[in-house]
Amino acid sequence: MQAYPAVSPPSDDKRWRIVEGTMRRHGRQADSLIEVLHTVQESFGYLDQPSLQFVARSLRLPYSKVFGVATFYHFFTLKPKGLHTCVVCTGTACYIKGSPALLRSVEETAQIKPGETTPDNQVSLITARCIGSCGLAPAVVFDGEISARVQPEDMAQRMRRWLHHDA
Amino acid sequence: MTHEELEEIASTEKERQKSFPRHIHVCTAAACLSQRSDQVKAGLEAQLKERELDQRCLVKGVGCMGLCAAGPLVSIEPDGLLYQNVRPPEETSDTAEIVDAIDRAPVSRLQLSPDLPFFKEQQKIVLENSGRIDPESIEDYIASSGYEALLKAITSMSPAEVIEQVSKSGLRGRGGAGYPTGLKWSTVAKAGSDGGVKYVICNADEGDPGAFMDRSVLESDPQRVLEGMAIAAYAVGASRGYIYVRAEYPLAIKRLKTAIKQAEKLGLLGDRIGDSNFSFRIEIRLGAGAFVCGEETALIASVEGKRGQPRSRPPYPAQQGLWQSPTLINNVETYANVAPIIRKGGQWYASLGTEKSKGTKVFALAGRVANTGLIEVPMGISLRDIIFKLGGGIPGGRRFKAAQTGGPSGGCVPEQFLDMPVDYESLAKVGSIMGSGGLIVMDDSSCMVDVAKFFMDFCQSESCGKCVPCRVGTVHMYNILEKIVRGQALPNDLELLESLCDSVKMTSLCGLGQTAPNPVLSTLQYFRDEYLAHIDQHHCSAGVCSMPKPAALAEVEA
Repeated sequence: MQAYPAVSPPSDDKRWRIVEGTMRRHGRQADSLIEVLHTVQESFGYLDQPSLQFVARSLRLPYSKVFGVATFYHFFTLKPKGLHTCVVCTGTACYIKGSPALLRSVEETAQIKPGETTPDNQVSLITARCIGSCGLAPAVVFDGEISARVQPEDMAQRMRRWLHHDA
Repeated sequence: MTHEELEEIASTEKERQKSFPRHIHVCTAAACLSQRSDQVKAGLEAQLKERELDQRCLVKGVGCMGLCAAGPLVSIEPDGLLYQNVRPPEETSDTAEIVDAIDRAPVSRLQLSPDLPFFKEQQKIVLENSGRIDPESIEDYIASSGYEALLKAITSMSPAEVIEQVSKSGLRGRGGAGYPTGLKWSTVAKAGSDGGVKYVICNADEGDPGAFMDRSVLESDPQRVLEGMAIAAYAVGASRGYIYVRAEYPLAIKRLKTAIKQAEKLGLLGDRIGDSNFSFRIEIRLGAGAFVCGEETALIASVEGKRGQPRSRPPYPAQQGLWQSPTLINNVETYANVAPIIRKGGQWYASLGTEKSKGTKVFALAGRVANTGLIEVPMGISLRDIIFKLGGGIPGGRRFKAAQTGGPSGGCVPEQFLDMPVDYESLAKVGSIMGSGGLIVMDDSSCMVDVAKFFMDFCQSESCGKCVPCRVGTVHMYNILEKIVRGQALPNDLELLESLCDSVKMTSLCGLGQTAPNPVLSTLQYFRDEYLAHIDQHHCSAGVCSMPKPAALAEVEA
């Protein structure tokens, strides 16, 4: 097999070693692109242009293809998230049990819509298609922890707490 | 690994478990974990240790027990006791009371009767180990007849005989479309006889909003899926397998990884399984949140690291799939049915269910129903039994309106069909589909136009954009529905909506577009009056949509 010159990562951040590990494990094969992007996002929280370019060069793929894949899949995000994230499930069960009211409650208290982050970078609001916790509907994931049967008032309270920097 | 070695592992594990007169099972599937069942488990262990009962009682984290609405669930065996809503020690004294009650009268405050119809009316094949075995222990799985079927297939059956049993069982694809599994297997087995590589893929990209069957199976009994895939690989002559699982299911991914490692260590996956010439390896591939990747050709593109866009068929994946090689793709639940079929025979499986839909089906029961959770019922059971017997009816004294099956590809089944048997054909006849098993109950607080809009919003945002009818058509349908719920629709909009439904259905490239109009068509068929009330009188009977009074009416009142 032809040897290719090593591509150096965009910075000397140690997290790149984790990314390199994933690429090595897959033999830098082109079909590992999605796996590698998952690792980058897991390590850095989002995918920016330097990291996409690094992945493209390392896997010897055109940048257009890497960018195409990163933007095709909803799971990947090209923008950094806020300090706190709030994922509102909008699956059918949660929808029937009132997730639209939860989104309205965030919109009113934090003035952000799904996909947006507050200007002070405190809170990001994300919607999920279905987190598979339909028995707990409506479900919201606050900073990685699932809360069951959430009421609009709970949402508003949580937003106010986060926005006033005393979480 | 030989039969004898497998039996030895099973009997050692059984002996070990038998040395504990009592077993305490704590559900550690996602729904109960989110209610801190891990702390409940730790609390129980600490309490037992304190009372020096830890040599007599075995605390085991198990998979989903089904009734997610009442979680965290704890069961005590062999007493057959079931406790609900058990809170961790930091919040209440629940765990201490449960331990105190061992050998005494049960804690009646937390008790849940295992004789409830929710449990009694179920028939478990896919979920037979769920809630009983530790999903992170292969020994526990082997002690429950695990991997017997795989070794039986490899050592005493030819690939053709395996396929014959699967065909005889009448098993049909549990991903939703219901294609006969045996037929699919034999197509892949016959394809590419030149000795090239073949692949087996497990579709665990459970994207339907409102469905969590596959998640529960993977979290509760991952070995069962691996065994099913290995048997399939042996039958069709494949040597490599992929599980394509949603990145949104971290616990399922973790348990699958553990399961693969454990199976490889025991030689149940890997080279020369059971000292035969059969070798099979499984890799996990993560999805990245694209609903269209549930479609088989899109899924294959995604496994190859590309954008998940479907292509036209033929050639079918059975002939040209992953990297142009013959590929078998089945859903999680389909694979989970395979081991029992091989163990007990196709005839046995075919004796369950209805004439054309054999066996059982797992449903994720959710929405406006008292007992939300996971159930497995024989095919042919009535919707009424599922919702009112097992599900415990509609809470709050409200009235049943419709049951939604099949997610964004399915439809809404209204009240008049409640007594219809649940099988592939009957559901198709009333304009819905079996789907993967999401069953959402709606009562009179749901507006059907709004529900149709919800699904169309989903489809237009999930459309991959490759073909025009789906990319453009779903957006237009959504816009019309949006106009209707805002009271801005014109009388001929309904006609336009119907003709769009027709075009998108007939001309889209893949299943996503072809089925996207279904939620609109089925609500139009059974709840047309609601659409008309929105358009003509600006009236929403469920009170969901707020609309201005129609100009004509406002004038009259003024």
